[in-house]
This record gives sequence, C-alpha cells and structure tokens, in this order.
Amino acid sequence: MLKIKNINTYYGQVYALKNVSLHLKEGEIVTLIGANGAGKTTLLNSLSCIVPVQSGEILFAGESISNLAPSQIVRLGISQVPEGRQVFKPLSVEDNLELGAYQHYSSRAGRAEAKNTASMIYDLFPILHKRRKQLAGTLSGGEQQMLSIGRALMAKPKLLLLDEPSMGLAPMIVQEIFRVIENLSQEKQTTVLLVEQNARAALKMAHRGYVLETGKMILEGTAAELLQNKDVQRAYLGRDKKEIWER
Amino acid sequence: MDNSRQLFQYILSGLSNGAIYALIGFGFAIIYNATGIINFAQGEFVMLGGMFTIFFLAFFHLPLLPAIILAILFSTIIGIAFERLAIRPLKNATPLSLVIITIGASILLRGIAMLVWGKDTHAVTAFSGNDPLYIAGATILPQHIWIFAITLLIIAANKIFFNYSIVGKAMRACAYNSQAASLVGINVKTMVLLSFVISSAIGSMAGIIIAPLTMTSFDVGIMLGLKGFCAVIIGGMSSGLGTIMGGLLLGLLESLGVGYISASYKDAIAFIILLLILFIRPEGLFRTKETERV
Ligand SMILES: Nc1ncnc2c1ncn2[C@@H]1O[C@H](COP(=O)(O)OP(=O)(O)OP(=O)(O)O)[C@@H](O)[C@H]1O
Ligand SMILES: [Mg+2]
Repeated sequence: MLKIKNINTYYGQVYALKNVSLHLKEGEIVTLIGANGAGKTTLLNSLSCIVPVQSGEILFAGESISNLAPSQIVRLGISQVPEGRQVFKPLSVEDNLELGAYQHYSSRAGRAEAKNTASMIYDLFPILHKRRKQLAGTLSGGEQQMLSIGRALMAKPKLLLLDEPSMGLAPMIVQEIFRVIENLSQEKQTTVLLVEQNARAALKMAHRGYVLETGKMILEGTAAELLQNKDVQRAYLGRDKKEIWER
Repeated sequence: MDNSRQLFQYILSGLSNGAIYALIGFGFAIIYNATGIINFAQGEFVMLGGMFTIFFLAFFHLPLLPAIILAILFSTIIGIAFERLAIRPLKNATPLSLVIITIGASILLRGIAMLVWGKDTHAVTAFSGNDPLYIAGATILPQHIWIFAITLLIIAANKIFFNYSIVGKAMRACAYNSQAASLVGINVKTMVLLSFVISSAIGSMAGIIIAPLTMTSFDVGIMLGLKGFCAVIIGGMSSGLGTIMGGLLLGLLESLGVGYISASYKDAIAFIILLLILFIRPEGLFRTKETERV
C-alpha cells in the first residue's frame, strides 16, 4: 500500500536520507531500526510531508503523495505518533483526542463518528478515560504516550506511523503499548510502520524490518531473519553481545 | 465636587480606558500565540475601526450600526490582506524580521490613512447620547456602559471560542506545537490567517467603542497600540485574565496619575510600567504557570 522509491532528503547542507526505499503491504507491521541520528524520524516526517523530499517518489495506494500538505496526508489515512509524544499539554485529554479527529469535525456525521472512536480509544486505554478532564501536561510519560497514540487513531488511519513509542517508558508500559499496536493490526487491519530503538521487542512483534544507518538503508528482511542476523545482533540487540563474542 | 465623587470619576474613566487597552492587548496575544510575532501594526487596526466608522457615517450617511459593522468588516479585510501580502510570503523569515515588517506595515497604514482621511481629529457620535446617568450619586456616561458591556461580550466570546469550539482548540494546539498540530491534520497557515482575522476584528472594535470618548485621528494607533502592548506584557502575552487585569491596571494608574499628579504624565505612565515589567518580571505579573511535565 505504501512504496517509497529512492528518496533523498536534506536539511540545508545535511544529507539526511540517501536513496532510501521501503515498502509496506496492507495489514503488515514493519519496523525500522537504526541508531541515533540515522534518519528514522526524518523518514517518517518525509512521509507525513513535514519535511520536503528532494527527489524520489512516495506512492500511497498507487498515488504520489510526496508534495502534499501535512493535513492532506492525514486525510488520506496516514497518521503519525511523533517522537517524544508531543501531546498538546495545555489542553485536556478529551480535547487532545477531539483534535485528533479534527478533519472529521466539519460534518455532523463526522462528529458523531468521532465520539464513537473516542469511546473505542477509552476502551483501549482505560486510564485515559479516568483522566479525560485533566490537562495533558499533567499526565505521566506512559499516559502521554497512550494519549499520543489515541490522538493519532482518532483520525481512523489506514497506516499508522509510530516514532519510538517505547522511549523512556517502563517495561510494563511498553508491553501494554506494544500489545495495543499488535491488536490494532490484527483486529482493525491497520498497517503499522514502527520506528524503534528497542529492536528486540519491535522485531518480535513485526513481520518485517529495515535497518537504517546514517541515512542509508543497509538491511531489509523478515523479522526472523533480522533477529538471526549477526550484524543486527551486534549493533542493535546489545544483550547478546557477550554470547557472540565468546563464540 | 467632593473628593470621593471625584475619585469615582477617575476610577470609572480609568477602567473604561483600561478595558480598551485589554482588548487591544488581546489582539497582540492572539497573533503572538499563533505565530510568535509581536504585531506592531495592531494599533493601526484600532485606528482603522474608528476612522472607517466616521467615514461611513459622514461620507455615506449610514446609520450607526451598519457603519460600525462595515468598519469592522473593512478593518478585518485589511488584516487579511496584511497577512497574505506581508506575512505569509516570507516562509523562513526570523520572528525579528517579521516584527520589523509589522512596524513597516503600521507606518504604511498610518500614512495611507493620513492621505485618505487627512490629519483632522474626528468625533464619533456616542452610541446612545451624552446625557449622563446618575447611579448612587455618581455620574456615568452611557458610552462607558457600552464600553464595559461590549468588552465583556468580546471577552466571553473569546473564551467560548478558544475553550469550546474545535477551531479555537485547534488554534491553541497550533500555538503550543504547530508541527504536532499539522500531524493531526490542522492547516497551520489557516490558523495563522485566522489569528489575524480575530485580532484585527477585536482591535477595530476597540477603536470604535472608544472613539466617542477620546476622538480619533489617523495617528491614534501609535499610543493605543503601545498601551495595548503594555497590557499584554503585564498579562504575560496571554489572551486571558492576565491581560484584562493588565489593561485595567494601566487604565486606572493612568487616570489616577492624570487626576492627582499631572495630565502631562498620562502617556509616560504606560512607558514606565512597560519598562519596569520588562526589567523586573518579563514573564508578566499575572502569568499563570503552565502545567507541564516532561
Ligand atoms: N531540523 C533539522 N535540521 C538540521 N538537521 C537535522 C534536523 N533534524 C534532523 N537533522 C539531522 O538529520 C539526521 C537524522 O536525524 P533524525 O532525527 O531523522 O534521526 P533519528 O534516526 O530519528 O534519531 P533518533 O534515534 O535520535 O531519534 C541527523 O544527523 C540530524 O542531526
Ligand atoms: Mg528520531
């Protein structure tokens, strides 16, 4: 459903993405792993048209989307859960979710539907329901991450982009969030592109994976293949280091 | 006149001027929060409100209400043109250069107003006469009541818009984090334009309701703009209670200063407060702490 062909992205003089290609099939969970500064966020922001791509092509459901406005991308069904959660802290939890469905609010039917979607999200993350009147800035990190995911889901995306949802969270919360992502993919057939540093957990859940290194896509394969790959093990699955080196 | 009655008169005129300063301050805050720009042309929209009203009254002999509505409409259209022609085309300009552009725009607007309408000072007729009302032994002009009522109405409308409507909430989201706002599908450019629409409309309304009391001319925007800026600085650049308090405080100090010290210090008071605030508490006197947690 999504095809990225040889895109190049620059920030002024910084060459951030070098001939990057990637594809996603409908219903897949694909993970993108890479070290700090590899260009993962840049790739997601290129997809969301937050940063312009210099050359190359991005096709979504067969249509080119590389020069649209960010709001049009959301309308087409691509939502991003940004790095560092970026909830609207001065607004209430409820209002954050409401804004997630911003584009649906122009019609009465859309408003009614947004209400339903919100109650679905409260079922997914019951804690958000308990906190719905609170300002988002008063939530804990994990709750903010849930809110950020909930906000993206309010737009009813076909493709969900997640940028390091596990960052800075306790293992228990990470498990809960990953469980929700997995359920979304199974029950709602939402396609997921998951950027993670927590490579082991991400690869366990994903069908396929990509490895990005300093702006270049260096590896691609099924999750099982990548988990077995020596380079991946050494660079991204740190815990096995000893085992590999001793052999 | 005995002392307490006199004091009451000073307080009354102080509060009504203060309400106007608060409204002008709102205009600054709304644009600042949406764009990070301090729009120094804000005062000119106050001038345009009053001047357009006189223009429609005197030139087209329209009744007061249609003249006012048209004046607000035309000022707002100029606000839209300003954003489209001077702000939007500059994509990667720094806030500083945009602020300088607003100063340029204010000089331009003032110059055009002078060419079109001349240098004379004009009086708008009071909305419902000049016969003072006697309340509890004090006199109050009907125009004061208009000023308080309209100011309250604008504040209430503002509050409802930003707290309960989806577009108002989207504007706040945009002000807080425009990238996250565009990721949920909010068109940031539209929100910026809207902030110019709202603040030019509010600014022109302020100019219209004060015009019967203070007269108006092509250059009233400079001082009124400065005082609105002072109000919003006291209020910590918020479009809320802080700025209302800031405006009222400034109005009161001014009018008491004029009454008990000397009329020649009137405009100096705003400058002094402005400098004091900037030196001592640049975040404003009434800034409520943002609830934040990382
Ligand atoms: N706004 C920007 N201006 C200039 N350079 C940038 C900007 N954003 C990112 N970069 C550079 O682009 C490269 C890729 O950054 P990016 O944020 O995409 O990395 P990342 O893989 O998401 O890293 P992390 O794991 O730390 O989030 C880095 O070298 C970074 O310094
Ligand atoms: Mg990143």
